[in-house]
Order: sequence, then C-alpha cells, then structure tokens
Amino acid sequence: MQADLTVILPEIVISVYALAALLLVAYTGKDKMAGMLVWLTAGLFVLMALWIGATGNGTHTAFGGMFNDDGFARFAKVTILLSAAAVLVLGQEYMQRRDILRFEYPILIALSAVGMMVMVSAGDLMALYMGLELQSLALYVVASLRRDSAKSTEAGLKYFVLGALSSGLLLYGASLTYGYAGTTLFSGIIAAAEGQAPIGLLIGLVLVISGLAFKISAVPFHMWTPDVYEGSPTPITAFFATAPKMAAMALFARVVHDAFGGVVGDWQQVLAALSLLSMFLGAVAAIGQTDIKRLMAYSSIAHMGYALMGLASGTVFGVQAMLIYMAIYVTMNIGTFAFILSMERDGQPVTDIRSLNMYAKAQPGRALAMLILLFSLAGVPPLLGFFGKLYVLRAAYEGGLAWLAVAGVVASVIGAFYYLRIVFYMYFGEEGEALETGRSPVQWAFLMASAAIMLAGIINMFGVEAIAQAAAATLVN
Amino acid sequence: MDNLLSIVTFIPAVAAAILAIFLRGEDEAAQKNAKWVAMIATSLTFVVSLFILFDFDSANTGFQFVEQREWLLGLQYKMGVDGISVLFVMLTTFMMPLTIAASWNVTSRVKEYMIAFLLLETLMLGVFMALDLVLFYLFFEAGLIPMFLIIGIWGGKARIYASFKFFLYTFLGSVLMLVAMVAMFSDAGTTDVVALLKHEFASDSFSILGIHIVGGMQTLMFLAFFASFAVKMPMWPVHTWLPDAHVQAPTAGSVVLAAILLKMGGYGFLRFSLPMFPIGAEVLTPLVLWMSAIAIVYTSLVALAQEDMKKLIAYSSVAHMGYVTMGIFAANQQGIDGAIFQMISHGFISGALFLCVGVIYDRMHTRDIDAYGGLVNRMPAYALIFMFFTMANVGLPGTSGFVGEFLTLVGIFQVNTWVAAVATTGVILSAAYALWLYRRVVMGDLIKESLKTITDMSKRERAIFAPLVVMTLLLGVYPRLVTDITGPSVEALISNYETAQAVASSATQVAETSH
Repeated sequence: MQADLTVILPEIVISVYALAALLLVAYTGKDKMAGMLVWLTAGLFVLMALWIGATGNGTHTAFGGMFNDDGFARFAKVTILLSAAAVLVLGQEYMQRRDILRFEYPILIALSAVGMMVMVSAGDLMALYMGLELQSLALYVVASLRRDSAKSTEAGLKYFVLGALSSGLLLYGASLTYGYAGTTLFSGIIAAAEGQAPIGLLIGLVLVISGLAFKISAVPFHMWTPDVYEGSPTPITAFFATAPKMAAMALFARVVHDAFGGVVGDWQQVLAALSLLSMFLGAVAAIGQTDIKRLMAYSSIAHMGYALMGLASGTVFGVQAMLIYMAIYVTMNIGTFAFILSMERDGQPVTDIRSLNMYAKAQPGRALAMLILLFSLAGVPPLLGFFGKLYVLRAAYEGGLAWLAVAGVVASVIGAFYYLRIVFYMYFGEEGEALETGRSPVQWAFLMASAAIMLAGIINMFGVEAIAQAAAATLVN
Repeated sequence: MDNLLSIVTFIPAVAAAILAIFLRGEDEAAQKNAKWVAMIATSLTFVVSLFILFDFDSANTGFQFVEQREWLLGLQYKMGVDGISVLFVMLTTFMMPLTIAASWNVTSRVKEYMIAFLLLETLMLGVFMALDLVLFYLFFEAGLIPMFLIIGIWGGKARIYASFKFFLYTFLGSVLMLVAMVAMFSDAGTTDVVALLKHEFASDSFSILGIHIVGGMQTLMFLAFFASFAVKMPMWPVHTWLPDAHVQAPTAGSVVLAAILLKMGGYGFLRFSLPMFPIGAEVLTPLVLWMSAIAIVYTSLVALAQEDMKKLIAYSSVAHMGYVTMGIFAANQQGIDGAIFQMISHGFISGALFLCVGVIYDRMHTRDIDAYGGLVNRMPAYALIFMFFTMANVGLPGTSGFVGEFLTLVGIFQVNTWVAAVATTGVILSAAYALWLYRRVVMGDLIKESLKTITDMSKRERAIFAPLVVMTLLLGVYPRLVTDITGPSVEALISNYETAQAVASSATQVAETSH
C-alpha cells in the first residue's frame, strides 16, 4: 500500500492542492484570489513536471497493475503539466480583464490535469475510464465558463452531450472487452488477444478506439471540435488544443499497445483510416474559415491525423514519432494561441483573420514570430514542424503504410494553403483598421519563445528525441 | 579552414540576423544602411567563395571541402562540393551582389527586402552544397518561404495569385520527393549522399493495383524526384507557375529566380536522379527527352505571342531549360557538360535580360512591349547591352549561349536523332522571338510621347551589366573554364551510370536464360 501511494504521489499532491485551494478560497476571497490562484496552480504544475522529469526512473506499477509509472507516462505527464501551466498563465490577464476569471477555473484545470495524468498511466480499463471522465467533466464545465454567453454555454452543452455519447461507446467497448477477456487489466487483455482474437474482443476494441478518437477529435468523431473551439473563451480553447490532446493521444497509444499489442494488424487499418480522414478533412475544411479559432480547430484535427499516422505504424519508432510530433504540436499551439489571445480591438477580442490586414507593418516582430509558427504548422522546412512530419512519415513508411505517407504529404500541401492565407493577410493585405496586440508581456514572451524554439530546435531538438525514444521503448515491448 | 563551405553559406544569414535585430526605423538612413549591409555581406560571400574555386582540385572526382556532423534522427549535417556543384555555388555568390545592386531603388520595407534576399542566398548555397538528403530537402524547400514573401510583398498587381501559385505548385512537386527520401532512408539506412551514390536500390519490376512497373522501386523513386525537379526546372507541362511568378516578382526576384532557382532542378537531376536511380532513369529517358523537345518548340512558339516582356523572357527560359534536361538525359559527356554549361550561361544571360527589362520598367512602369519602340534614339548604351544579351540568348557563336546549346545538341544527336532534329528548330524559333522583341522595343523611330524624355542607363546600371558581359564573352570564347572543372566529375558520373545499367541488364539476361 505504502509503495502504491508513492507511485501516485504527484497525482495525490495535485488533488490535495486542488481540494485545499477550493476550501480556502471559497471561505475567503473567492474570485478576488483567482489571479493569484492561477499563478499558484501553474507554479505547482511546473514544480510537479520538474519533479516527475528529474526524479522518475524505471518502471513501477501500483494497485495490482492498474496504474503504471513508466518512461512513457512521465514523458506525457511532463508535456501535459508544462503546457497546462503555460496556458493558465497565458489566459490570466485576458480573463481578468473580461471579468470571467473565476476561482473555480484554476481548480478545475488542476483536477482535469490529475485526470489526464491518470489517463496516461492507466493499466486497466477502469483506471482509464476514471481518468478520462475526471478530465472530461472538468473540461465540460470550463467550456461554458462564460455563463452569460449563449455561444459559450452552447459549446459546453455540445461538448457534454457528445462527450457523454463517446463515453458510452467507450464503456460499451470496455464491457465487451471485459466479457471476452475476463479481465479489465491491460496485461490480461493482451494475453487474451494474442494471435487470433475473438470477434467480440475486436468489436470491443473498435468501440474503445471510437471513444478515444472522439477525445482527440479524429474524423469522423470531430464534429464537436470547431463549435467548441469557437464558443469557448479563448484561453479555454487554447487549453483544449494542447494538454488534453496530448493526454488522449498518449492514452490511445497505451491502449493499442499495452492492451491490444498482440493484434496490431487489426487496429492498424482502423487507425490508418482515422488518420487519412483527419488529415484530409482538417486540410480541406479549414480553407473556408475566417474565424481563426475555427481554423485552429480544423488545424488540430489535421495534426491529430499526422500523430495517428505515427501510431498507426504499430512500431516503437511509431510511438516515438507520435510523442515527438505531439510535443512539437503542443509547443506550436501554445505560441499560436498566445498570439490569438492578444488579438483585440477597443478591448474586445477579435478572431476574424481579415483583421490581420497588414499586421506586419504595425508589429514586425510579432508578425515574424507568427510567420514562423504558421510555416511550422504547415510543415515547411527548415522549421521544427517539418521534422515532426518527417518522423511520422518515416514511421508510416517503415510500418508498411507507404500509401498513407503519400496521402499525408498531399494533405499537407492542401493544408499549407490556409496557413499561407494568414501570412497573406499579415504581409500582403490591404491596410485596414488597426489591431491592438500589445497588452500582455506574458503573451508576447510565449509567442516569441515558441517561435524561437521552432527555429533553434532544428539543431538538436533540445534532447527530446532521445527522451522520446526511451519513453517509446518502455511502452512497446 | 575546415568549414569553408559553412562559412560561405551562413555569411548572408548572419547578415540577415544582424539586420533583423539591430536595424531600426524606416527613414532614409536606415534604408541606406540595410542596402549597404546586404551589399557588403553578399560581396564578402563572393570573395570568400573564391577560395573554394581556387583550392578546388578539378582532377578529384570525389567531394571536396567535406564537413560532417551528427544531427537529429540519424541524419547528418554534411556539406561538400564536387565538379558538378562547385560552379553553381560560384554562380550564386556571383549573382547575388548584382541583384542587390539592382534593387538599389527599392523604397518600401527595405530592411525586410534585404533580409529576404540574404536568407534566400544562404538557402540556395545550401542546396548546392548539402550532402545529406534531408539537409538538401531542407534548403530546397525553405527557399520557398523568402521567395513567396518577395513575390507577395514587392511584386506587381497580381502578386497574390502568383505567390500562392508559386508556393503551392512547387510545394506539391516536392512533397513526393520527401516520401521517396524517407523510402531511401529506410532502404539504405542512411541519408548520406556519398553512401547513397554507392547504394543500389531495388529495380525488380512489380505491380501495384494491376499496373506493371518496369524498374520497380527505382522507377517510382525516380518519378517522385522527377515531380519535384521538373516543377522546379520547370519542364513542360508543369511550367505554368513560372511566367506568373516572373511577371509579378520584382526585378531582383526575377533575376534570382531565373539565374539560380531554376538551376536547382537541373542540379537535382545530376546529383540524385541519374546516379541514384540509373534503371529508373533508363526506363523514363524517352519520356523526358520528348518532354524536353516539346518544351523547346512549344514554349518558343508561346514566347512569340507574348505582349509582356517579362513573360516572353520567362517562356524563353523554359525553352532553354529544355536544352538542359535534354542534355542531362542524353547521358553522355557532351550532353551533360553542355547541360551544366547551359545552366551557368543561362544564369548570366537570363539574369541580364531581366535586368534589361528592369531598367526600362523603372523608368516607364510598364512591361508592355507595345508601350516601347525606338529606344535606341535616346538610350544608345542600353540598346547595345540589350542587343548583346539578345544575341547571347539566341546563341550567337562567341557568346556563352552558343556553347551550351551546341554541346547539348551534339550530345542528344548521338542518342536520339529525332529529338535532336525537333530541338534544333528551337534555335531558329529563339532567334525569331528574341530579335522580334528587340526590334519592337529598341529599333524604329521614337514616336511615343511618353518616351521622349527617357534617360539612358546610369553609372550604377552600367556597373551591374559589366561583369555579366565579361562572363558571357569569356565563357563564349573560352568554354574550358567550365568544362575543365565539370569534365572529370561528369565522366565519373557517366561511367557509374553506364556500369549500373550494364550490371542490371546482364542480370536480367542471366535471369531470362535460367528460366
């Protein structure tokens, strides 16, 4: 028992912090302390990330295999915590000025972070579901944080209803899996699914994958994404686009490799199809968007397609490629959302991309940073986004999915068009009403740092490559 | 100096960084500083690159000045030059100071303009020096970003359309090459160009979706690389981005595009397509040769009908690039020597022609041929320079244009007489469109009211043309300056190419007899 608790100590610390903070703030300052609480939560996240990253080693399991602490989980957790911390501090000033910074916000984010940490460590279908639901429930609430806005409420409701549906699918799949494998432990399922898996188990697998595909917003389970991205307050959108995506993708990898690693051929086709559809729909549907948040929603759908391409290869290298891709994706998105958060006119947030007309003339520095991020998102060399694509392409090719690699690069050309369109507005457009973006130094710092990483990262990727390799090796064996 | 190549490559990038970080303001002094920084950086690059040329040992057919460092994903940062690439490096460093000088009159967003050109120079030099597949791709593709901005920001009226077309067209062409590179990486286990040149890729025929593919993987990889280089070159029928891009780009952009960027395709064929996929190349050679022949005749005819000077020269570029692909795929000494020669010489000549258009465009702000006529009356020096480069473009003996065309035609004649016959008509057609352009713009009486006050070339403009005239004449009368350097490397390339094909064909014969 003692040993079990040591393994989940980081999760316990954050949970206890969240509950204690809730009590304390509810009895004292309430929303007045929200700003302080945001920074405190972010600080705790960073501390925990450092702790997990620096002290974690080896593979430990707890509660009879329900919870794993291995290199893979640690890689995902560090990414999740750091990106959540970044998004928290990015949005603080934005929310404060618009009077939507409630004290529940950082606490809910902390709880959803705990959920995500459980997800990526899950070694059992029950643990998986617990983590997933803790994460999701917290997110349903924050999506409708702006209670007086119809759009925000709609986003929360939509997310909740469709999320409940996907949870249902997942649970149904889990129960089928349990029925045919006789256990909910991944280690038991993989033994039951070795070689020729029973058909019921395969149906269970497909349903579980559907539930997970909803969480990463892979096509055809993506319908909620544009509306929720658009309707939620921008800091929440930024959060949706980063940490939960990493968590769900890591969970995806864990389920297919830890629980169904014996039937790679069976899920490979499903993942390849999801990947193909996501890449193309993400690329094509974004072309007509004028709202930058909706555009980023489609962009993230396409990016999930590429990450799935790595996973679909079914190899260790594929998992490594996926982890690297996700780490790069999260970094790019933090920078991009730092910019989107700063877009405003007369104090009102602006999300129309046409408002960026000739932005480069007014703010050459920020425009250049955005230019770098956009080309990186499009996967144009020499930026880091290109290397993410290179990894997944290689994984797909070596996994025998050359056709998927070809489809992926073609989709990336289509996708390049809408990123270029933003560059076009910033650099070649007509001069229009000026856009204010200079308010927050925090947002500026994140934008610049993210762009700098896209440039400097190509030298050695700051060592992430080797860490991801070790992490992937602990997952696939 | 162990890292001479890196120094040459990154001097412009460092200068661009200095401009980006330290230069503030949009006033006249700041603009002047930006121009001078760019001028000094590009000139310095040229001077340093001369060391490469002087220390280059042309008898050595291997790579020289090689630098190698470990990089991500098992890739390498590896640079080096051989007889095929060294002249392209020199062409780039030679042309860049001239392009900067030609941009002296730019007034809008000068700092960004100079940064874009400096970065472009670094990327172009990197393309010709990279000895790692992915490093090559990185430089090759990254060049799209500054060029996209150059066309889009400083271009003409339809610049938006042209910049998007340029970017997406060339991007689509290249991504298939990326997949082929990934396949090569997986197959050979390395991205080192030197190792890959020795690697034999599988060439067993197989079927995909019922289509029988002769030459197997090699043919597919060849096609993937071909898609990229053919668009870049550009070859008929994927050349349509070029006239748009040329017409809309500012003068300096057109010069860089014509003089250097187009050469990346030809260089790619010589570095990758021919030596790495000899069987695939053999299978598809007839296709490439006929595409080249059609390009020469068709685009020359199209050039005859143009009303826009830049468009005319752009089509003439496509035609001249047709000689290059024809020479390369003739795959003999004259053909390939001629192709390289033609690329170098076209760099000087087409660059100069676009500069010629720039000179009168700066004065009249129109490129319509009909808006001119009789310029010789007020611009005698200009008429002389334009005459000289028109003749060089036509391929008058004594200019470098002649040597390249002649060598490629000699090369192709030994391989495919019909293609040679068709291509030769292009020589006549090029004389027709070039001379007709010259007559309409320069000759005749000066009747147009707007031209009555036009002034002849300034000292700066004459200074830009002087080195180009010298190089065109020098190479025209003493072509060994080029062929002495390229000869041994080309010879090695051809002997490897022929050996690989002979090995493959004897292997097929053995397989057939044993059946």
